[in-house]
Amino acid sequence: MSNVDLSVAAAAPLPGPAATPARPATGFAAALSHARYVATSNPVTGFAFALFFLITLAAIVGPVIAPYDPLASDTAAALQPPSAAHWFGTDQVGRDIFSRVLVATRLDLVIAICSVALVFCLGGFAGICAGFFGGWTDRIMSRVSDTIMAFPLFVLAMGIVAALGNTVTNIVIATAIVNFPLYQRIARAEANIRREAGFVQAARLTGNSEMRILLTQILPNIMPIMAVQMSLTMGYAILNAAGLSFIGLGVKPPTPEWGIMVAEGAGFIISGEWWIALFPGLALMIAVFCFNLLGDGLRDIIDPQRRT
Amino acid sequence: MRAVARRLATIVPTLIGVVIVTFLLTRVLPGDPAAYFAGPTADQASIDQIRAALGLDQPLPVQFAAYVKDLATGNLGNALSTGQPVLTELAARLPASAELTLTALLISMSIAIPLGILAAVKEGSFIDHVCRVVTTAGVSLPVFFTGLLFVYVFYYLLGWAPAPVGRLDVYFTEPERITGFFTIDSLLAGDLETFRAAASQLFLPAATLALFSLAPIARMTRASMLSVLSSEFIRTARAAGLRSRTVILAYAFRNAMLPVVTTLGMVFSFLLGANVLVEKVFAWPGVGSFAVEALIQSDYAPVQGFVLAMALLYVALNLVIDLVYGLIDPRVRLEA
Amino acid sequence: MDRRAFLASASSAAAAGLLGSGLPWARAFAQGAKQDTLLLISENGPNNLDIHGVGANRPGYEAAWNCYDRLVTYGIKTLPDGSRSYDKDVIAPELAESWQADDKGITFKLRKDAKFHDGTPVTAADVKWSFDRAVTVGGFPTTQMAAGSLLKPEQFSAVDDHTFRVEFVRPDALTLPDIAVIVPAVFNSALVKKNATEKDPWGLDYTKNNVAGGGAFKVAKWTPGAEVVYARYDDWKSGPLPDLKRVIWRTIPSAGNRRALVERGDADVSFDLPAKDFSEMKKAGKVAVASTPISNGMWSIEMNVTKPPFDNVKVRQAIAYAIPYQKIMDAVLFGEAKPLFGAASNKPDDLSWPRPAAYTTDIAKAKALLAEAGLAEGFETRLSFDLGQGVVGEPVAVLIQESLAQIGIKAAIEKVPGANWRGEMAKKSMPFMINFFSGWLDYPEYFFFWAYHGQNAVFNTMAYKNPALDKEVDAARAAAASGDKATYEASVKKMIEIAYDDAPRIPLFQPYLNVAMQKSIGGYAYWFHRQLDYRSLVKTVA
Repeated sequence: MSNVDLSVAAAAPLPGPAATPARPATGFAAALSHARYVATSNPVTGFAFALFFLITLAAIVGPVIAPYDPLASDTAAALQPPSAAHWFGTDQVGRDIFSRVLVATRLDLVIAICSVALVFCLGGFAGICAGFFGGWTDRIMSRVSDTIMAFPLFVLAMGIVAALGNTVTNIVIATAIVNFPLYQRIARAEANIRREAGFVQAARLTGNSEMRILLTQILPNIMPIMAVQMSLTMGYAILNAAGLSFIGLGVKPPTPEWGIMVAEGAGFIISGEWWIALFPGLALMIAVFCFNLLGDGLRDIIDPQRRT
Repeated sequence: MRAVARRLATIVPTLIGVVIVTFLLTRVLPGDPAAYFAGPTADQASIDQIRAALGLDQPLPVQFAAYVKDLATGNLGNALSTGQPVLTELAARLPASAELTLTALLISMSIAIPLGILAAVKEGSFIDHVCRVVTTAGVSLPVFFTGLLFVYVFYYLLGWAPAPVGRLDVYFTEPERITGFFTIDSLLAGDLETFRAAASQLFLPAATLALFSLAPIARMTRASMLSVLSSEFIRTARAAGLRSRTVILAYAFRNAMLPVVTTLGMVFSFLLGANVLVEKVFAWPGVGSFAVEALIQSDYAPVQGFVLAMALLYVALNLVIDLVYGLIDPRVRLEA
Repeated sequence: MDRRAFLASASSAAAAGLLGSGLPWARAFAQGAKQDTLLLISENGPNNLDIHGVGANRPGYEAAWNCYDRLVTYGIKTLPDGSRSYDKDVIAPELAESWQADDKGITFKLRKDAKFHDGTPVTAADVKWSFDRAVTVGGFPTTQMAAGSLLKPEQFSAVDDHTFRVEFVRPDALTLPDIAVIVPAVFNSALVKKNATEKDPWGLDYTKNNVAGGGAFKVAKWTPGAEVVYARYDDWKSGPLPDLKRVIWRTIPSAGNRRALVERGDADVSFDLPAKDFSEMKKAGKVAVASTPISNGMWSIEMNVTKPPFDNVKVRQAIAYAIPYQKIMDAVLFGEAKPLFGAASNKPDDLSWPRPAAYTTDIAKAKALLAEAGLAEGFETRLSFDLGQGVVGEPVAVLIQESLAQIGIKAAIEKVPGANWRGEMAKKSMPFMINFFSGWLDYPEYFFFWAYHGQNAVFNTMAYKNPALDKEVDAARAAAASGDKATYEASVKKMIEIAYDDAPRIPLFQPYLNVAMQKSIGGYAYWFHRQLDYRSLVKTVA
């Protein structure tokens, strides 16, 4: 599972020489027009944006429009293949899979967003401080990152969830910790090359405190690159939760969540009830797919130079 | 040489960190191995007896001291789930995981690198988009799901793949152990039948894992090729009238290799630790599945041993990559 | 390399392969081996070949059962449905040719031709040493020995080379049956002693990885976590020589894959299947399936009576009336289990066990009982199950949770990983759980002694202490020992009635042990230890 993380790492600009040069933030209108340009010139990114819109919509209205109660069992209608009454079929205790997949969107999105927000706050801040102040702050933060990186990440996530208990909160925490080094390193590299930049010097000369410079000058400037990262990590968070579910450390039953539904359904594939795993699997795949493409697309929008 | 020593010195705190974190993490696990291993009709007294036998009745610092002492003498403890010393287990299982991971990496490279080159050369074209969509789709599915699906389709329905029973069909005997890689060992022994059997067992899990590692390699190849293709010397070469194929393969690709090699190293170390779920699906007797089982059973020693082995491997790999980097490209200097 | 050179080298390599020693041998092996080799698959493999070892797991019991002999064993009977099972009422000879019980003990006469795998003759001294070991090493073997009142080395003596005697510490009907379980296996004492150390006087480290016995099978190769290869011990004298020459036992963690292997004919036997696979494979008819009710075992809902509101019998009964029994039978077990609900009365009319309780799904009655308990509004609790048993536990939990919501009880489902499960059970920290228990020795008072008695064993997860019940359990044990049938019957009936009325543990169903095998496999028999006995299996190749 955690391999996804790698694609994220690889897709991210490498710290150091490969990192983007400092660039003053452009206006909102310019960004918007550029976004339109990218979406139209790159159909895949346009498609990703459309998907993202759909997923968000499902997360918001899903519980309202679901045709069945996602928790209501109906053993008389257990293990039914997809039909007009149950579009995605039913599971072992007769719950409607379509409703469950739809309702699960919100939870999965919440897991993804929360873990990304958390790691952005922790890793991002640690990285900026390390890059901006250097010295001991840098050394300590980098060692913390190194230590986490040295773990096989999925096993670390498992360990954390196993130790703290399998709740949504702990899954979020584990995912955030596992991604910490990535954010820390990117933020550090970005902050580091900007610490002596002209606009920072100017802010210093006008008497701003270092902390204020960090928050008002450095942070906004590295936001774009972090946004790309966040989009890519969202997909990983969902996959990570699914992997944890497969070995029994996911969210608690009967909560609908894609990963745990795939994991439950996996046992039914050989016996021919493919729909139990397939539909949540597809939903999961589409979401992760969308976040990954979105991340690529965002990079194109933020950083037109890298495209050529 | 000084640079190497300095680089080595930075590893020490990392390893200490890994040892401490692993120890604490495994002790925080809520399980009670003593109760688990005391067996079905155990009463409190026999559980306590086993707790004492395992040394779990000692305070944490004492346990930690004992652990570090054992570690220093190369004793990683016993795995309760298989009853064997952890070191033996890791040594026996690492080749299985390594063979699987390396094969996956080879499959993945042979698809992803050409795809990446093609995507870079025809940037923005249909092929570029296909490359992006396909590789992204590969990382978007949970591996255990892909694995089970493969088993269902290629073994159960079509019968193309052999039964997922581990590294070798039961009616074959293991080749004599030289490298620990069944495919290589059987070839060395000249036993083609066993080679075929081992290779066919290997294919499905390796393909599952390969699908998952396409994206980072293809992406890095593409990005790296793009930056090289836009550089001065390629433009010069093109201007000098060299054939496009020659320019791309002989000049551009060679120069784009470096970041790709780095990515490969990372992918390898990463997959090795992360193929946990694939091993579980395919009954592959590797280190990953071993560690997961142990973790679920709160069996500390194997988890610690596994994490430590992976950490060492990761650190060593990075060190080698750094050094190789410096050798290949003198402009890159080791950073302290 | 040019193309021609490549082709030449390739074909010569192929020729070398064909003519070389490797290939024909492998083929011949594959052909010949398949006829008398059994390929067995199951979810887990052994972690210890010795049942006395610390933390030996269930698959380890299987290895011990087939590689060691005991003095006596159980007979085999054919059940009404045609399947074969061990017979708890018939004790059959194994290492002992005969035995004589008197008031003070039992004298066993050992067979004179029995040898251990290394050729050493089996003597009474080996038996004495093995029994001493079982009651001394602690942990599970010692507890199991105690269940048959086998408590201390002084009870055992080697009268001469082929005569062994056990003295009773108290009359106990379970002494002889307990000698037929896996624990009192006979070890090659000389061999173990040779490999024992000062720190490990009983040689547990040695027997963990090596068989030091004289059973029908030897372990030829063991790859922990992956495979055990057994070879038949051709000089085995304690029973008819097994038909199988080799047994290969592979660990296949994924249930789906195990099913696929059997259905496609790549494995001979898949042991311990989920109910769903069993019911579908039975219908499909491609493979032979066998299923036997697990003796003295039941899945049940257990409530910790020390944790309010479960201290109130009305609350416990309310829950008993709110369980969706039939839904569980249909959706979770696909009808493949014996229902333990819906009896006419909690008062037993015979001694059959496990038996149904009188509860049925009756939400109105459940609501009324809850109201009587002053909890008409319901309450919140957590419902735990063992993750290792999740295939049954999880859907049962989901169904119960949904049903309890109807009477206002909000139960959060808690999956407890296998390792924690035993710990939580021992600490009695779970208020409300779905659990399975089975006793090796198939007697109701044995079940009650572990699961209900005020001695508060681990399996009394309810922390249930009821002197009235304890009195009946103790009386039943005493009556069984003295052969007082009338008292025994009365006590057993009474204890079941008390337990069911008081409802700290609500029976759900008696599960089956399901096995799928190729039609070429015969001779399967169910054993109390729920592991596979290879000795009786036969493989016929068409």
